[in-house]
Amino acid sequence: MDFESYDVLVVGGGLAGIRAAIAVVETNPSLKVGMVSKVYPMRSHTVSAEGGAAAVLRPEDSYETHAYDTIKGSDYLADQDVVEAFVREAPIEVIQMEHWGCPWSRDPDGKISVRPFGGMTTWRTCFAADKTGFHMLHTVFQTSLKYPQIHRHDEAFVTKLLVEDGRCVGVVAIDMRSGRFDAITAKAVILATGGMGRVYAFTTNGNICTGDGMALAYRAGVGLKDMEMVQFHPTGLPFTGILITEAVRGEGGYLTNKDGERFLKRYVPNKMELGPRDIISRAMITEFEAGRGFEGPHGKYMHLDVRHLGEAVIDRKLPFMRELGREFVGIDIVHDPIPVRPVMHYMMGGVDANISGATPVSGLYAAGECANVGLNGGNRLGSNSLSECLVFGAATGRAAADYVSSAKAVSANPIEGMLKDETKRIEMDYLEKKSGEERIGAIREDMQLSMDAGAGVFRTREGLENLTKQLGKLRDRFGRIKIEDSSRTFNTELMSVLELDYMLEVAEVITYSALAREESRGAHARRDFPERDDEKFLKHTIAFRTDEISPRLEYRDVRITNFKPQARAY
Amino acid sequence: MAEKRITVRATRFDPAKDSEPRLQSYDIPFSDDSMVVLDALNYIKSHVDGSLSYRWSCRMGICGSCGMTVNGTPKLTCSAFLRDYWPGSITITPLNNFPIVRDLVVDMEDFMEKLKSIKPWIIRKQEMPLGAGEHRQTMEQIDDFRQFSQCINCMLCYAACPVYGLDDKFLGPAAIALARRYNLDSRDQGTKERLPVIAHSDGVWECSFVGECSVVCPKGVDPAKAIQQTKLDTSVRFILPYGNRE
Repeated sequence: MDFESYDVLVVGGGLAGIRAAIAVVETNPSLKVGMVSKVYPMRSHTVSAEGGAAAVLRPEDSYETHAYDTIKGSDYLADQDVVEAFVREAPIEVIQMEHWGCPWSRDPDGKISVRPFGGMTTWRTCFAADKTGFHMLHTVFQTSLKYPQIHRHDEAFVTKLLVEDGRCVGVVAIDMRSGRFDAITAKAVILATGGMGRVYAFTTNGNICTGDGMALAYRAGVGLKDMEMVQFHPTGLPFTGILITEAVRGEGGYLTNKDGERFLKRYVPNKMELGPRDIISRAMITEFEAGRGFEGPHGKYMHLDVRHLGEAVIDRKLPFMRELGREFVGIDIVHDPIPVRPVMHYMMGGVDANISGATPVSGLYAAGECANVGLNGGNRLGSNSLSECLVFGAATGRAAADYVSSAKAVSANPIEGMLKDETKRIEMDYLEKKSGEERIGAIREDMQLSMDAGAGVFRTREGLENLTKQLGKLRDRFGRIKIEDSSRTFNTELMSVLELDYMLEVAEVITYSALAREESRGAHARRDFPERDDEKFLKHTIAFRTDEISPRLEYRDVRITNFKPQARAY
Repeated sequence: MAEKRITVRATRFDPAKDSEPRLQSYDIPFSDDSMVVLDALNYIKSHVDGSLSYRWSCRMGICGSCGMTVNGTPKLTCSAFLRDYWPGSITITPLNNFPIVRDLVVDMEDFMEKLKSIKPWIIRKQEMPLGAGEHRQTMEQIDDFRQFSQCINCMLCYAACPVYGLDDKFLGPAAIALARRYNLDSRDQGTKERLPVIAHSDGVWECSFVGECSVVCPKGVDPAKAIQQTKLDTSVRFILPYGNRE
């Protein structure tokens, strides 16, 4: 049997994945690259990133400050060598994007503009109005079309990593259109599947953000690192969870409570609205609990006010925010404050990968939000993630290109059997499943609400223990799932059930990792352990899959180079 | 007060079972004024019928996945509010002018090929080395192409285009607008390379200037303008002495 075969296979078609694919062929133009994505690449969730990409471009800025801001922002859980390498590469990547056509906003002299952002001590966030992710994604995707070596499998859903003798040699994917199960082999596989926000109910993340790559790697025996570190963005629209960019505050917007007070003076007096996300989200919840939030039909909220900026600035720098306000809230942000509340936004944790994106399984790499290369630690600074996708997408692509130049060809022999087994698993468990009474939607919703309640901005042992019990029950219910769609043509119900399986796995890892970290650091705030504990927990959590619902947890020291951990005050 | 409800009819079609598409009707709760058409579909899929198939992701009007025909008009279903239809009913069908894959999912491979054919990337005679920094570009220069760079590839314009409906060889509104986006970018020198595709008989000259593409665009792109500008451009090029044709 013949299989589609590549030198490097990229799973995911967002910013990190496409950047990696281009890096492979630029490193070695003779390599053949496959790209599997469950959606057309321009639908990837990068498209929703708004505020910008951080890079040191100005003479008054320095690598050292960007590194320091990132490390302090991470609450000292970032690996400092990784941060130091990242800040040096980010400007090169931003310029590369410019050469590829990204319509960066410009200063009067024609240079790329920068804006202030949370937790950054100076202006270093490059932006394309307030649709930076959209423009970057379309730029890099359209640029990728000029490389004939990159062959895409659009709308194909990966169900399994093929691992043979401890080496990753490809994937099994369902072609959505035909329902066909394919083994796609490669000498190296790069996971770039993005985030997992849909594990929560109230999230900025799109429907496709279901932690696929994290779960795939976890099942293949790779550890998931720091999964308790879940970022809650301070400013989501109530009801929908649509993201209102931090650039709104970067450009001078105020956050006010129901008394009209800029309450952040009590929490981050020196930074105010430009404090880091974890601290501002906690401040908002604390204010809500003190009765100082607004009450709306969709829960408590604060005001994000840009009225004083004026229409000209808003239209030039925040036009999409005005559009979102009009479309989804029925307000004009030029004249009305925006209702906002903290919303799950980003996973700092991810697949355990080193500075080159390599995981402990040979031939398996990871980049972007699905990976944890050690950059973001306990809290990612806004505008570091688009840069991370570029820098580590490129680094991973180069590393994979080097690796495959000396890697052995994949033997087709065992692949056939693995494909058969995987096809059988999905047919038996889902497509041809006759019994079952539990609706996918119901289990998913219960998981999401449980995660919001138990693993949100503030956590307690009691809440997390309760959550583990609920997740256990959800696992049991998942076994009795009801499948109504047996069609082989574009079966979105099958995709939903496989995604739910991934999400339950990710939820379990988040919860057990959070339960074990008995301290407060970055986005992980334990009411029962309110202090940071460097003695015990200046360490990464690494979760490994077991036969039980609970993972086996290991800890690894954080790598410190030049920045001694200090109290984190803003 | 009795719970508000709304009737939603959606196209059902499974090529393995159905000879042609049919409409299926669902009566669902309209529980919140903020609900959009996509929420109605999601309610059906989660609570009534798990087999209903459609595409969606960002639910904030930027990923371009959820374009469908709502009561006859091409729309992003994430931004079409139920309150604008209620107490009337809603009929959701796939985007016109595309083959149906399944239910509300259409086949857009044709566009993906067309997108590639217009070479939507910066073309330069000589690449600038990265070490030389960025190309200088003013906000005024960005204004020249800004609106054409806002296309989210949602396919509403193709669904609205009567010419594409008659002849799918027509390059179509979004692809021409994106060609224009690169041609007007001060960093690009590829106009001549794109010319054979856009000035071809299936390119801009097919357009009969109905302008529906610009009316339905959810992002304020004006493909009709791009097409007319390109027609003018290609004519002028033809008249100018050869050496001036950049």
